[in-house]
Amino acid sequence: MTSDITAQGRPEAIRAVPVRRPGRWIAVAGVAVVAAMLLNMFLTQPNFNWSEQGKYAFNASVLEGIRTTLWLTAAAMAIGLALGVIIAIMRLSTNPIVSGAAWLYVWIFRGTPVLVQLLFWANIGALLPTIGIGVPFGPEFLTYKTFDLVPSVMAALLGLGLNEGAYMSEIVRAGILSVDEGQGEAATALGLTQMQTLRRIVLPQAMRVIVPPFGNETISMLKTTSLVAYVPFYELLFNVQNIYTRTYQVMPMLIMASLWYLFMSSILTVGQYYIERHYAKGATRNLPPTPVQKLRRVLSNLSGRRLA
Amino acid sequence: MTATPMVKAELVHKWFGRLEVLQGIDLEVAPKEVFVIVGPSGSGKSTFLRCINHLEKVDAGRLSVDGQLVGYHERGGKLHEMREKDVAEQRRSIGMVFQRFNLFPHMTVIENVMEAPITVRGEAKAVVRDRALKLLDRVGLSDKRENYPAQLSGGQQQRVAIARALAMQPKLMLFDEPTSALDPELVGEVLDVMRQLADEGMTMIVVTHEMGFAREVGDALVFMDGGVVVEAGDPRDVLTNPQHARTKAFLSKVL
Ligand SMILES: Nc1ncnc2c1ncn2[C@@H]1O[C@H](COP(=O)(O)OP(=O)(O)OP(=O)(O)O)[C@@H](O)[C@H]1O
Ligand SMILES: [Mg+2]
Repeated sequence: MTSDITAQGRPEAIRAVPVRRPGRWIAVAGVAVVAAMLLNMFLTQPNFNWSEQGKYAFNASVLEGIRTTLWLTAAAMAIGLALGVIIAIMRLSTNPIVSGAAWLYVWIFRGTPVLVQLLFWANIGALLPTIGIGVPFGPEFLTYKTFDLVPSVMAALLGLGLNEGAYMSEIVRAGILSVDEGQGEAATALGLTQMQTLRRIVLPQAMRVIVPPFGNETISMLKTTSLVAYVPFYELLFNVQNIYTRTYQVMPMLIMASLWYLFMSSILTVGQYYIERHYAKGATRNLPPTPVQKLRRVLSNLSGRRLA
Repeated sequence: MTATPMVKAELVHKWFGRLEVLQGIDLEVAPKEVFVIVGPSGSGKSTFLRCINHLEKVDAGRLSVDGQLVGYHERGGKLHEMREKDVAEQRRSIGMVFQRFNLFPHMTVIENVMEAPITVRGEAKAVVRDRALKLLDRVGLSDKRENYPAQLSGGQQQRVAIARALAMQPKLMLFDEPTSALDPELVGEVLDVMRQLADEGMTMIVVTHEMGFAREVGDALVFMDGGVVVEAGDPRDVLTNPQHARTKAFLSKVL
């Protein structure tokens, strides 16, 4: 037997009959039937009113709403990330006052509903009609009407950003804690200051842990922005609601909005994949393949097998 | 008159809570000397080394490097804690090599070596790159410069770590069991680099269990146990003819 193999140099590839899996075929059939039923319903049920959806899908006010949803998501995440990093660093401080303040922030903003927070900022004028700058507890030099300082757009950004900051700080903190202590030590021994160590050594490594939940948060934020319709501030849902209050086509418009949200979150998912791959540098010996590389490998496997 | 000692420790004490880890360390390291520290686990070797570059604060006694008190300014007979910036400044002239290498995994080999001179000292990139290439050549790793640390063997990683420390052009190098995490066949390549460094006149303090290296390369050796220096002298004398019972007991286990 062994001499056989060495004589030919390499043994012949195994060509075994694959195990039969009847359960798999039953499952496939079941899924196919359900899919066909759903498709049939989508296409034939007139209440979906696809033509109505098509009419408004690229309507100016819908596109305007999408633009607002996108920049609101980006701005809220930027505020959240900046706050999150600051709060996380404060949380890790050895000064109990500093870490306590950070804890309090997270406790409040994570422990109350974001819709309540949005409504709070939208109505802050009822609590503090004016806001002034001056000596603490003393005279004020400048006084502003609160509504001028906190218009709807500010209320939306404050509500979403401050809430996100609380979540992001926990994500960033977990990321920082995931970095080996020896890293900070080595950097310190080389003469890097605490800030330099954080910026150059610790945070870049923490990113590997931070990016996946950050991606989740961004996708979640994309949908959470729809709550600012109640501030009220116009974005995709708000504008779509405006349309269906005129046309009474509620379901078609909600489905159309959902398709837009799905489309945008799909794009974010792809972006997240590439960012994760970027921060995996050095952590693994070989980078995970891109979707294109994966597809190519699958195809070459298939053709290779057919040739064999 | 002898030259200023590179390191001078006078009755250095260190507590961790109620545990007195260093109980009055007295020693002097002369410039260009290779100073070896041996001792059982938990005797305070790492702690002492970390006090020298102020990764740990000395609680009592005096510790100075090249005539400068570590971590404190002395003004009018009183000690003042140094600001973080000044401590970092002091550390720049002291290189340290760790048991577990601690290379920065998100940077390539050459980026690891170039990081501190650029970030800390703001040196020009081209100048630093030149120096880094020479250093990598010296530790025999020029061809690995674009690799990430995870793609290197332990011995190679430790040689990069040595190059990274040398890039700051330190006047003193601290080695904390640099070969303890390595497979036996990789120990030699790291010791070779250290031997070469000693030949070039670098002042080195080396915590190690490699008694062959201590005997061959070491100029002075101390045996530490329970936070004190039990025995000190020429490595060849101490290793072949230990005077104290504790030294004898320890050496009989590791030799
Ligand atoms: N940060 C710390 N907090 C509390 N105790 C510590 C700390 N660092 C070290 N110790 C204790 O101090 C003692 C000396 O530790 P040290 O690391 O200096 O020993 P060592 O001689 O280097 O030992 P080894 O050969 O195992 O590295 C040990 O008992 C250790 O548990
Ligand atoms: Mg140690």
